[in-house]
Amino acid sequence: MRTHRISAALALTAAIVLTASACGGGDSGGGSNSSPKTLTYWASNQGSSLENDKQVLEPELKKFEQQTGIKVNLEVIPWSDLLNRILAATASGQGPDVLNIGNTWSASLQATGALLPFDQATFDKIGGKDRFLESAIASAGAKGKDPAAVPLYSMAYGLYYNKKLFQAAGIANPPATWEELVQDGKKLTSGDKYGIAIEGGNVSENVHNVFTLGMQHGTGFFDASGKPTFDSPEAVAAVKQYVDFIANDKIAAPGNAEYAANQSVTDFATGKAAMLMWQSAGANLKSHGMNPDDYGVVPVPAPAGATGDKATTSMVAGINMAVFKNTKNLDGALNFVKFMTSDEEQKTLNGTYGSLPSVKAAQSDAAFSTPELQTLAGVLQKSAAPLPQVPTESQFETLIGTAVKNLLASAAAGKPVTEATVKDELSKAQQQMPAS
Amino acid sequence: MSEKVIDRQTVGKEAAPKGAAPARRRLRDKFGRSALPYLLLLPALLAELLIHLVPMVTGIVMAFKQLTQFFIRDWGSAPWSGFDNFKVALEFDAPVGKALLHSFWVTCGFTVLSVGLSWLIGVTASIFTQDAFRGRGLLRAAFMLPYALPVFAAVITWSFMFQRDTGLINHVLHDQLHLTSDKPFWLIGDNSFWALLTVSVWKSWPFAFLTLTAGLQNIPRELYEAAALDGAGVWQQIRRITLPSLRPVNLVLVLVLFLWTFNDFNTPFVLFGKSAPQAADLISIHIYQSSFITWNFGQGSAMSVLLLLFLLLVTAVYLFATNRRRGEAE
Repeated sequence: MRTHRISAALALTAAIVLTASACGGGDSGGGSNSSPKTLTYWASNQGSSLENDKQVLEPELKKFEQQTGIKVNLEVIPWSDLLNRILAATASGQGPDVLNIGNTWSASLQATGALLPFDQATFDKIGGKDRFLESAIASAGAKGKDPAAVPLYSMAYGLYYNKKLFQAAGIANPPATWEELVQDGKKLTSGDKYGIAIEGGNVSENVHNVFTLGMQHGTGFFDASGKPTFDSPEAVAAVKQYVDFIANDKIAAPGNAEYAANQSVTDFATGKAAMLMWQSAGANLKSHGMNPDDYGVVPVPAPAGATGDKATTSMVAGINMAVFKNTKNLDGALNFVKFMTSDEEQKTLNGTYGSLPSVKAAQSDAAFSTPELQTLAGVLQKSAAPLPQVPTESQFETLIGTAVKNLLASAAAGKPVTEATVKDELSKAQQQMPAS
Repeated sequence: MSEKVIDRQTVGKEAAPKGAAPARRRLRDKFGRSALPYLLLLPALLAELLIHLVPMVTGIVMAFKQLTQFFIRDWGSAPWSGFDNFKVALEFDAPVGKALLHSFWVTCGFTVLSVGLSWLIGVTASIFTQDAFRGRGLLRAAFMLPYALPVFAAVITWSFMFQRDTGLINHVLHDQLHLTSDKPFWLIGDNSFWALLTVSVWKSWPFAFLTLTAGLQNIPRELYEAAALDGAGVWQQIRRITLPSLRPVNLVLVLVLFLWTFNDFNTPFVLFGKSAPQAADLISIHIYQSSFITWNFGQGSAMSVLLLLFLLLVTAVYLFATNRRRGEAE
């Protein structure tokens, strides 16, 4: 009884001391190999549900366990929670060993210093840097620094169009420029059918699309020194062009302004909208009963004759895999990253999720030779740019995405959206950026 | 906040005298006259310290730091920023302060309307179900339904109903009753305020109803009988007997509803997601966004501290005013 109480007291004291040191410990949390038999893995939600993800991943984790004897405890985390969970793990030091991050957060999370940098030696342990797509590596951390993660699943935006509706409207080819897209969109809009569907209530979708438009207009929303330039004339033009789908061109339904749960994909799949800009929508469209022969995929339009950055048609979308610096199983964690980015696993996992492999060797697999994925792979190789890899990226995403959401809401309610209103909203977003 | 107020009262009234009574003499010799009550209070005090004070102090310290993602891993090392966070929050000409002030006014209006309506519906319903009639139990149980439902499930259902194109609300208003010329938006734009208010009142009036029903049961029936004999009508009975007798209940009820509604996070978060429309930008969501979405934890903490000070002030003024009035009445 007595020893019991003493050990309980000791445990409590230890817990308090541990918590205290975790709060103020600074760099004490380096990686070690003190617990080599298990790993905790936080996976992002890639499939149709969290359960579906478990079904996809569990057999692969079993394979890894058979090969290495390391048991992987899997937790699938919905996107809405992921960033906050990672922040909490960072602040407390009590995180998983290996985790998925949205690749656009790379530089922001890199700045916290909680993720293991992938330097030359670390890359060698997982099979080398050259195996990965360059554009995907570029979205894994700030320029000039060792990446904070490695790419796992890659995606890119394409323009999906409904072949039957195009035919019925007498349009022979999908649009290649924005002028064509708007013209076609007007032809395709009548009654409650619209030319294009957008996900206006979804902050991330908004920012991805206006980023691409921004690049085409000549701005990446940040200047060379990393300072935000949200209300530059180029940015205003880009955002206005997007909002005009509802405001002036009227080729998107006003109701799209409140879409935030993939309703635009449903609208496209059910023929309520003839076009959709989306990343790897194939699996999703199929689940809504749309046959792959019914739609075509081309790159998102760019200005006629554009070259270089101005020919950007997509952000580099995808999921990266990172290792927490203070893992208790460093070798095992890297081993697991090596396993998940191996050619074979890349084929299996990306094949299931409808995304693209982020290692070059796996891309030639037959599973990725559908017209849709061929187009998207081409976009990723030729005309995709990563979102600004600056530490304040996550703030940029929220503030600009929200600004666009507000503007779309005004447009949908029939309020005039002019260059001045757009600039006003963007200036407000810029001034809310914390000083860095 | 509100739980704390209640905690303190129960602790003060019950814990100390109960334990002190039986073994008083022996312990008095040992600890001196006044040690025991404090000793008995100690566990509660410790719990209070751990659960409320430590996080609160942590939050206040953070408010004076320049805490962004660069320091989250070791927030103790974040540089001190003095009153900068507060200055930014209170600079009402600049965007951050302007947005905070805007969300403050939105919250004030929202709270007054929500508490007022919840109270009004609650008091009406409790008076009408006071007299026994067939099906009263069932009706009362039905009234309690919103209170029993998990907030998330309830609010998500509301958000489906408020959808512009497919929602039930517009279907009834526009398609069936032809009250509106066009289908209005409820979850974006200016109407979002009314959508939020509707859900909030729906969610909180059953609590008012429950509390007031309990209060009504304590009013002696004889008062009404005597009043009826003297010729007082229903309205007079309500004004002269019911409402004055309910005053102590109302004092607590209104305060608790005020604090809950002012701080409500779940309803707007589930209804609108991480970025609420401007018209419904409640202060709790606004602070959440400043801290967790834009990763400016110092700024968010400063805003929280300001909110805490405001709520403390309101509570103090409210308690002072109502206590004095009660004193005058006695």
